[in-house]
Amino acid sequence: MPIVSRGFKGKRRGEGPSDRVPPGQYLTDDFPVLSAGPTPHTPVDQWDFTITGEVDELTRWTWDEFRALPSETFTVDIHCVTKWSKLDTVWEGVRLDTLLERVETAVDYATAYCDGGYTTNVPLADLAGGRAWVVYGYDGELLDPEHGGPARLLVPHLYFWKSAKWVRGLRLTATDEPGFWESNGYNLYGDPWREQRYWGD
Amino acid sequence: MAGAAVLGRLTWRVATVLDVRPETARAKTLVLGVDGWPGHRAGQHLDVRLTSEDGYQAQRSYSIASAPRQDRLELTVERIDDGEVSPYLAGDDLREGDRFEVRGPVGGYFVWRSDAAGDVLLVAGGSGIVPLMAMVRQRAEETSPVPTRLLYSARSWDDVIYRDELERLAGAGFEPLFTLTRSQPAGWTGYARRVDASLLGEVAPTPPAATFVCGPTPFVEAAASALVGLRHPPERIKTERFGPTGG
Amino acid sequence: MLDGNAVAGLLQEVFGTDVTAATGTCASCTAVDAVGAVHVYVAAGVVLRCPHCGSVLMRVVRSDKRLWVDLRGLRSLQLESI
Repeated sequence: MPIVSRGFKGKRRGEGPSDRVPPGQYLTDDFPVLSAGPTPHTPVDQWDFTITGEVDELTRWTWDEFRALPSETFTVDIHCVTKWSKLDTVWEGVRLDTLLERVETAVDYATAYCDGGYTTNVPLADLAGGRAWVVYGYDGELLDPEHGGPARLLVPHLYFWKSAKWVRGLRLTATDEPGFWESNGYNLYGDPWREQRYWGD
Repeated sequence: MAGAAVLGRLTWRVATVLDVRPETARAKTLVLGVDGWPGHRAGQHLDVRLTSEDGYQAQRSYSIASAPRQDRLELTVERIDDGEVSPYLAGDDLREGDRFEVRGPVGGYFVWRSDAAGDVLLVAGGSGIVPLMAMVRQRAEETSPVPTRLLYSARSWDDVIYRDELERLAGAGFEPLFTLTRSQPAGWTGYARRVDASLLGEVAPTPPAATFVCGPTPFVEAAASALVGLRHPPERIKTERFGPTGG
Repeated sequence: MLDGNAVAGLLQEVFGTDVTAATGTCASCTAVDAVGAVHVYVAAGVVLRCPHCGSVLMRVVRSDKRLWVDLRGLRSLQLESI
């Protein structure tokens, strides 16, 4: 048994309401920055978003084309596998439904790929139905590079490592191919409500 | 044999606070008693683990400030206001008798061996002085003749950790040099600029046998690349960066 | 960004001995560096990157029960034998 350090509480604000905060998570007011590599600073005139892989035709949007797509501002809770949760975060971006309706595919999985080389896998079904976005705004401002700007994937019903920063596209695949963390210990799916943190959870 | 594997394992030990010594407005030295502490080398650090009453844990790595000695161990911790562990360790509430867990010593790279030949340059940014102080203290305790120059960058004279001790240890081949980047006391005759190639060129006109650089990541990057630019052989420069580790 | 010194304890858990003083060869650019000197990012897991080309050298993920170690980016690791 580890010994208790008198008076130590940590930065946690508390456990929060159990219908909002998944098991094993703690609330934070901060927005911690976690990164598996250096922060890319991709100018928007060099940015595009591409859907590739098992598709009938490669689909690509430039920054201006992407910003011209129908967008929405919405509020969701986010849950990081390192045990912090942040409630009522406000984002602006494009629903994945809007992007995927331009694409003809017969497969069921997607890998998001990013500047800097990060990847993460998500079933296509989880990207559909108004549950996933590519966001470029946070809290009324353009998304800061340290939080994934120009744009990041946002899949708030899964652990936050799935919400890939600096996202540049989706590669559609016939099988569920483990991404950067999923290939080395982290759960292939990552449902915070079932506490699917690691392999075998 | 299983016994050998167990011996090699890193185990958590209970550290008891024996004394707390303020160093600057933001930094405190904790004198710790650790049962079974195996001893350490100058430059090594240890992992600290704090556990709350309800089982929440936070872990960080801190440099050891004291010279290698078995009976007591000193850490100097600078308080980071939005941090999680340092506000506890360097805050106002920690007192004699408080306990937490440590494991170590760890790290065999950023280490000075007092039997190594040749002169030494130490370059510290802010609380990056801590592991370098272990080297300075070991050198003094062993009355080592190794010529050692310390370039210590701090914001102001009041931010200089171990100020009196460093001045007291000056001489006998040890030369502490200070650069104060934001404000200087009246009559200040030391340096008053950032650590860059021109300052390092003045402090170390010829490459020393060994150089140790420790500080926040941008400080270390700048100092190390300036030294390489001054044609110091990269294999003689050892660096240690510190900074936030995210959430 | 930190460096290998900052994760010396975790790496000692993995290898059973200190490896920050060991030298590793990057599988991507063949640069050789002390593990203590390579770049380290701490996120969901720990990522060690080559300071020259930025490639991933090592990834370590830790749960309460297990450790996962990916060494694909490290061509070789040279330690002092005792």
